Amino acid sequence: MKTFIATTVMALAALFTVPAASAASYSGDLQKANVDVTNQASLQRGARLYMNYCMACHSTQYMRYNRVGRDIGLTEEQVTENFIFITDEDGDLVNPGSLMKNAMSDSYADEAFGVTPPDLTLATRIHGEDWVYTFLKSFYIDEDRPLGANNTVFSNVGMPHVLWELQGWQELVEDDDGNERLELVRNGSMSQSEYDRAVRDLVTYLSYMGEPMQLDRQRIGLYVLIFLAVFTVLAYFLKKEYWKDVH
Amino acid sequence: MAGNPAEKWQGGLLGWVDARFPLSQMWNEHLAQYYAPKNFNFWYFFGSLALLVLVIQIVSGIFLTMFYKPDAELAFASVEYIMRDVEWGWLIRYMHSTGASMFFVVVYLHMFRALLYGSYKKPRELIWIFGVLIYLVLMAEAFAGYLLPWGQMSYWGAQVIVNLFQTIPYIGPDLVTWIRGDFLLSDATLTRFFALHVIALPLVLILLVAAHIIALHEVGSNNPDGVEIKKNKDENGIPKDGIPFHPYYTVKDIVGVSVFLMVFAVIMFFFPMGGGLFLKPDNMIPADPLVTPELIPPVWYFTSMYSVLRSVPDPFLGVVAMGLAVVMLFFIPWLDRNPVLSMRYRSFAAKFNLAAFVVAFVILGWLGLQQATTMISEMSFRWSLVYFAFFFLLWFLSRERSAAVSLILFAVVVGIYTLYDITRFDPSDASLIMWSWLIPTVHLFVCMVVPVFARGLGRDRAVPERVTS
Repeated sequence: MKTFIATTVMALAALFTVPAASAASYSGDLQKANVDVTNQASLQRGARLYMNYCMACHSTQYMRYNRVGRDIGLTEEQVTENFIFITDEDGDLVNPGSLMKNAMSDSYADEAFGVTPPDLTLATRIHGEDWVYTFLKSFYIDEDRPLGANNTVFSNVGMPHVLWELQGWQELVEDDDGNERLELVRNGSMSQSEYDRAVRDLVTYLSYMGEPMQLDRQRIGLYVLIFLAVFTVLAYFLKKEYWKDVH
Repeated sequence: MAGNPAEKWQGGLLGWVDARFPLSQMWNEHLAQYYAPKNFNFWYFFGSLALLVLVIQIVSGIFLTMFYKPDAELAFASVEYIMRDVEWGWLIRYMHSTGASMFFVVVYLHMFRALLYGSYKKPRELIWIFGVLIYLVLMAEAFAGYLLPWGQMSYWGAQVIVNLFQTIPYIGPDLVTWIRGDFLLSDATLTRFFALHVIALPLVLILLVAAHIIALHEVGSNNPDGVEIKKNKDENGIPKDGIPFHPYYTVKDIVGVSVFLMVFAVIMFFFPMGGGLFLKPDNMIPADPLVTPELIPPVWYFTSMYSVLRSVPDPFLGVVAMGLAVVMLFFIPWLDRNPVLSMRYRSFAAKFNLAAFVVAFVILGWLGLQQATTMISEMSFRWSLVYFAFFFLLWFLSRERSAAVSLILFAVVVGIYTLYDITRFDPSDASLIMWSWLIPTVHLFVCMVVPVFARGLGRDRAVPERVTS
């Protein structure tokens, strides 16, 4: 009975009230990611960044290694050497046709970060490319957080600033008008424009990951539309011919 | 040997079949010698298009079923498997998701056509009834199907709608458990919704569509003039304004199909998410019973009814109002007793009433997608009043009313919701309540009071003997 009451209350609350905004919602301006999924070099750089910095925690478990390799122009050997770090039950590296899971167990991750790092296969489809792009550029130093970093796009995020080596560290400062903005206080190995490009590459890769067939579908769609346009014209004249005797 | 051998073989085979099954007879009765009015316009494409979408949904659905796993643990991943690993799986899946929305688009336009030309009036009441039943089953079918990808919106959307039954006094809680097959929305719910979605409801849908078409072909099609073409027959008993459905309307419908498929292809290949209306970004997150999304709007084709639900503060009465919003459709043939079928020859007041209904339906649909604020709730309430006033005015405009009847009924109807406004009056929303009061009041005023002073605006015109074009 308690479950009934609880679910009713929850459903009705969803129906009739304004729920509080969750941590993931962000009302500020997002920066434009401007990704180009046709750019293979960008995809390859993004894939390398992903494998080096993200894959240890974030799986892309609906996708297969060899499919990624094929689509972004890498051979199966290159995929095996550069992308595959996880092993099967026998301790051998998984084969290139495997799904891209990661080695970390959910319970371990939960203990380490307070939250299981989400699978990122569909990240750009859920949040949008601009959100992911801005998010990755918006970490700042916050000593109150367990891992020393917070984020203006996703406040109190459980994730540490994984790319700090590249970007350096930012601080949240308030300017004279009372507006908050981020300021780089310690340089990383990349300049700001290099870091922007790296994040763009990463988002390009994730965008590809979210919908690996997106280029196919647009290319095929164009042919389908051309066919249908011609067919419509022919069908129209056929109709006109038949209807000549209807007055 | 005389005659063309090929022809003889064909005639022979057809003759053999015809002696055992009424193939030629069916062909003639439903296509080659089914006489349809020659003046069908744009609005008459949507019946055959709805049939086309039904076929698209069944065929694409069969292929999806081959790869989909109706299991709470596997469902989400199996959809991504279809999108990534199954050859052309993404095309089939987008075809099915686009088809779901396009089904409602063509069905809504088809229903609007019936309202526009009085196609529900005698002798076509049963066609309309079957049609509304199809609409009901289609809603159930879409609802069941939306749960299957097992994403966050699937889960929480279903949660909200299933829990509506909970508001029913006494039996509500047990009824909800019975529907879910569990104490919460779970694997048991998913598997039964799968069964309903792929077997039970499609079967009912096909039977109803067959009944809809048989009833139509029994009485014959209406047309934009609302003229009965069977009243004017030539010496062979063929309607003078009729033309055989095949080949005239088959070749015409091919043009409609082709244009429709272009619209379909643009969505499917270039905007499969439909800007978040057809597929929601939140549904790319696997279902999580512990995390409630911040906003759970239904899919666009349910949002008008959802707004009616939200416009009533009491949950159970809200559900009743939503149910009534659909059930009222069944009564239209008996509410509207005006002998003139087509809006072309109806009064200004009748035209205004239909226009207000369409505007209310669209606005309620938009409101249903929004976060419920005071403003949104108030608008939902006012436009729901317009929605229901449409049915009352259908009856009211059945014939020309005297000045006394018009004014008294106007005062009574406006009085009812004005009294309600007084009981719920809240000084902080005073201006909102007062100006929004005008929305239903203007609707009723134009349809009931204006014709009292400008008789011409309430008078129907003479219907011609024959169709006009």
